[in-house]
Amino acid sequence: MILLSLALVSWGAFAQHDHSKMDSKMTNKSMVQASVKVNRSQSASIIIDNYLALKDALVKEDSKNAASSGKKLFDAFAKFDISAQTKQQQKELSEIIEDASEHAEHISENSGNIGHQREHFEILSKDIKDLIIITGSDRTLYQAFCPMYNNNEGGAWLSTSKEIKNPYFGNKMLKCGSVQQEISVK
Amino acid sequence: MKWLKVIGLVLLVVLAGLQFFPTGSNQSTTVPSSDFVKTHKVPERLAQMLYTSCYNCHSNNTNYPWYSRVQPVGWLLENHIHKGKEDLNFSEFGAYSSRKQQSKLKSMISQVEDGEMPLASYTFIHRKARLSAEDRENLVDYLKTIQE
Repeated sequence: MILLSLALVSWGAFAQHDHSKMDSKMTNKSMVQASVKVNRSQSASIIIDNYLALKDALVKEDSKNAASSGKKLFDAFAKFDISAQTKQQQKELSEIIEDASEHAEHISENSGNIGHQREHFEILSKDIKDLIIITGSDRTLYQAFCPMYNNNEGGAWLSTSKEIKNPYFGNKMLKCGSVQQEISVK
Repeated sequence: MKWLKVIGLVLLVVLAGLQFFPTGSNQSTTVPSSDFVKTHKVPERLAQMLYTSCYNCHSNNTNYPWYSRVQPVGWLLENHIHKGKEDLNFSEFGAYSSRKQQSKLKSMISQVEDGEMPLASYTFIHRKARLSAEDRENLVDYLKTIQE
């Protein structure tokens, strides 16, 4: 019994990992530029607002508010006007919005299941980033990346601040991650 | 005790009346070129797994059991099929945008790994549709090879 407890305690001590070395383990599938510039535009403002509200809810482990932000985001996508874009961009944008809408919808339908909401949030985050590259943004955003999420496959998210507040782990590992890219407005 | 007989009679009439409502018809005789198994040249054994465990709710062709003709069971089935196809339709997978295909692959992998799919209520009745731990591993490994 004593041996078992000793074994458990020493395993516990080993299991505390050091986050300071995590930066070098930052593997994601493509090389990411340190900074990109996008056009200044208000067109995606409501989408960005609701995405950030969703992100903040996930940081706070608030699944219910994540669901309601997901619904608002879904509605915002439905109303989004792409007619001002070029034909080629319209095609790309409608594919992004089609995909992003589904993720927003799933998030809105899964209040109480934050794990499932986070799965959809991960892909949604990529969609939103791709969206604002085309439409432009009304504010500077930072893309952060947590290498541990989803069995070390990693997950990224967008934020208005460089300060890391992890939406995938919430307060279980609030500071896990680092800024990969700055998306600034021309 | 007469009211018990009355209630019983009313129920019987209602149930009989329900049977006059049509049941679903999610069926097609052709396999479109956009079908997942076709576009990805899925290996035979895995294709069979998909047909048995997934395609009844997630394609344009459902193999309806005899009891699907009995209401309200028929409605319940149609509900499952409708929702299933909305979320993922293997018959139309090849026509999805590349972005959407990747999203669906991620969801498939996650749901199969977590044991969320196939639905327990489905495999309870369809024993052959059950996926063993090894089945799940094989399926997930295969799906990961298609991921970008």
